Amino acid sequence: MKKIQLFLTSHRTALVIILTVLIALAEFLHWLLPVSLPSELLMLVAGIIGVLPIALTAISSLQMKLVSIDVLVSLAVIGAFIIREFDEAAIVTWLFLLGDVLENLTLTKTRSAVKELTQMAPQTALVVTKDGKTKEVDVDLVDEGAIVQVKTGSQVPVDGVVIGGEGLVNESTITGESQPTQKKIGGKVYAGTLLENGLVTVRTTAVSEDTTFGKIIELVEESQDSKMKAQRFLDRFSTYYTPFVLVAALLVGLISRNLRLAITIMVLGCPGALVIGVPVSTVAGIGNGARRGILFKGSDVMDRLRRVDTIAFDKTGTLTVGHPQVEEIHVLRGQRQDILDHLVAIEHQSNHPLATAITSLPTVTNPLVTGLDVLNGQGLEATIEGQTYLVGNRRLIASFPKVLSRAGQSQEDRERLDHLVEEMAGRGNSIVIFARADGEELAVLGIRDLLRPDAAQALKELKKQGVRRLVMLTGDTKQTAKQIASELPIDEVKSGLLPQDKAAYIEAQKQAGHRIAFVGDGINDSIALSKADVAIAMGSGTDVALDVSDVVLVRSNLLNLSNALHLAKRTVMTMWENIGIALLTVLLLFIGLFAGYIEMASGMLIHELSILIVIFNAMRLLVIRGRKKESQSEN
Amino acid sequence: MKKVVLTLGGLTCPSCLTKIKKSVEAVNGTGDIRVLFNSGKVKFTLAQGGGTVEEIRSNIEKMGYQVEGTREKEI
Repeated sequence: MKKIQLFLTSHRTALVIILTVLIALAEFLHWLLPVSLPSELLMLVAGIIGVLPIALTAISSLQMKLVSIDVLVSLAVIGAFIIREFDEAAIVTWLFLLGDVLENLTLTKTRSAVKELTQMAPQTALVVTKDGKTKEVDVDLVDEGAIVQVKTGSQVPVDGVVIGGEGLVNESTITGESQPTQKKIGGKVYAGTLLENGLVTVRTTAVSEDTTFGKIIELVEESQDSKMKAQRFLDRFSTYYTPFVLVAALLVGLISRNLRLAITIMVLGCPGALVIGVPVSTVAGIGNGARRGILFKGSDVMDRLRRVDTIAFDKTGTLTVGHPQVEEIHVLRGQRQDILDHLVAIEHQSNHPLATAITSLPTVTNPLVTGLDVLNGQGLEATIEGQTYLVGNRRLIASFPKVLSRAGQSQEDRERLDHLVEEMAGRGNSIVIFARADGEELAVLGIRDLLRPDAAQALKELKKQGVRRLVMLTGDTKQTAKQIASELPIDEVKSGLLPQDKAAYIEAQKQAGHRIAFVGDGINDSIALSKADVAIAMGSGTDVALDVSDVVLVRSNLLNLSNALHLAKRTVMTMWENIGIALLTVLLLFIGLFAGYIEMASGMLIHELSILIVIFNAMRLLVIRGRKKESQSEN
Repeated sequence: MKKVVLTLGGLTCPSCLTKIKKSVEAVNGTGDIRVLFNSGKVKFTLAQGGGTVEEIRSNIEKMGYQVEGTREKEI
């Protein structure tokens, strides 16, 4: 029986075609011949073939103590056989199976988004064995700590640390960053990223589901299935609905002594559109999001997101790019290129957060740094070719009076420097001063984190969509925060916040009756994220942020935030539309039935039509497009 | 304790979900059962001394669903 059932499930399409031919032939004979026996026989055969897979599913449902729709349909068809309505029986099974095949067809299409992502996961790894040879192994069988080799053009198969070689890695699948990153010994690499150039050996730290990529996949898979209010409502509804229809049919049959009417009630009561309407909307909505780089961790998230009235943003890495860059260089004394060469050489020795911004400046020579002292809270003192150089803040320069007292111009120079520093800080810069201890070279650099190019447009879109308040939360100083906010349609700025202060702010807003979403990317944002009604993480963010968030913007594209909001609204609306369509159909059918306008066959047809309508209604969600800029970046 | 993932072929009806979930529940030692409709996967944990994955697999196949792959991991 198990085999028959498997056979029938896997050949459902063929079954529907056979039924279609049989029924068409029967109708043709009915029209051609004066006697109805041949056509009735054909319908009987079609009915029996058709009811077989349905009845088998019904039996297994009953074994699990579940009164499913299949039970209802099976009983209805058997009933039709008893009252010798063979053509009705055949048509009912045909429509039921056809609906099934169609549903499957649309579902395959909507499911493909998840599949695509899964297929991007690496399958095999080149493991380096003890004798130094490499062996291709299934990724699932790679152990933590194993040494893996990655060649040019191949996927990094595991999460790990580079222990040999170097290369350019394209990490767009994880971070959304399309520029490849240079990876050297000690650098972290992620499964699913692509080694564009080079050869690296990697010590494995995580494999398959434990990798960052694996977690993203799992997140997508599970997100599509979590349930929201509409779904839960329907689940409860259909558990009671099917038995209710059966009892109603039984009662009507007993009272009216009309077997035909009772059977018709059973057939028309099958809640097909109701059951399929909500999941098909979820799949389409979340699938559309996944394709555009918006991961919803569930359809209930959509329901919460569409109700949000306040959105709070972390600044660094969320509204800004998150990589500070040197934006201004002012040389007061000395040759510009000499200064840069010296400065870059010194900063290469430093692990200060601003150092990476400086080391990416262009250099001509590469002088050797022979001595280096870190002066806490002030900066660095370094030696190159016997000369002493200073890199740091204003206080560092103050403790070397010689820098400013050259050629007796100390007063003038000090005023000029102070004025410049103040002005640059006003533009939102962090200040780094470079000087030779004898005052021959002196320069001021302004480093700042730039706004994401799409930040202003994205925030405007959110306002347009009816989000009432946009708030910026940052640990930065008031001056920097104000400066950044002045370029954006931000309603409120809170600066100088510690991670727990951000969380407290969110909590207070919730207490005040606001529904608040928080957008962040760092570990430091995770507390605030977990407090928010909707937690939104930038895809370039840390694992922790990804874990606690409800929505992930994979490509770190802020415009996707308004796309997400739009999609959430449309998806939830479509769900309730579908519930409405389905309930209305059943209601009208019963009214029509009791009024005598509707019979089993015509009722069944309307029923199946309503299923198609809800599916097509949901499929409209698949074609929602993003803003112009978004579609450009996709192509 | 094991974490088990079964990949199914062709889940079509939402009522299949309840059915499959119930059939996994019926086996001793299973917990944290999630049937994922869209990705066609069943995820659950299996305690030692309980039923076997083979048993669960054949139960699901008995109801007419193909199990295309199984993955187990000790946790």
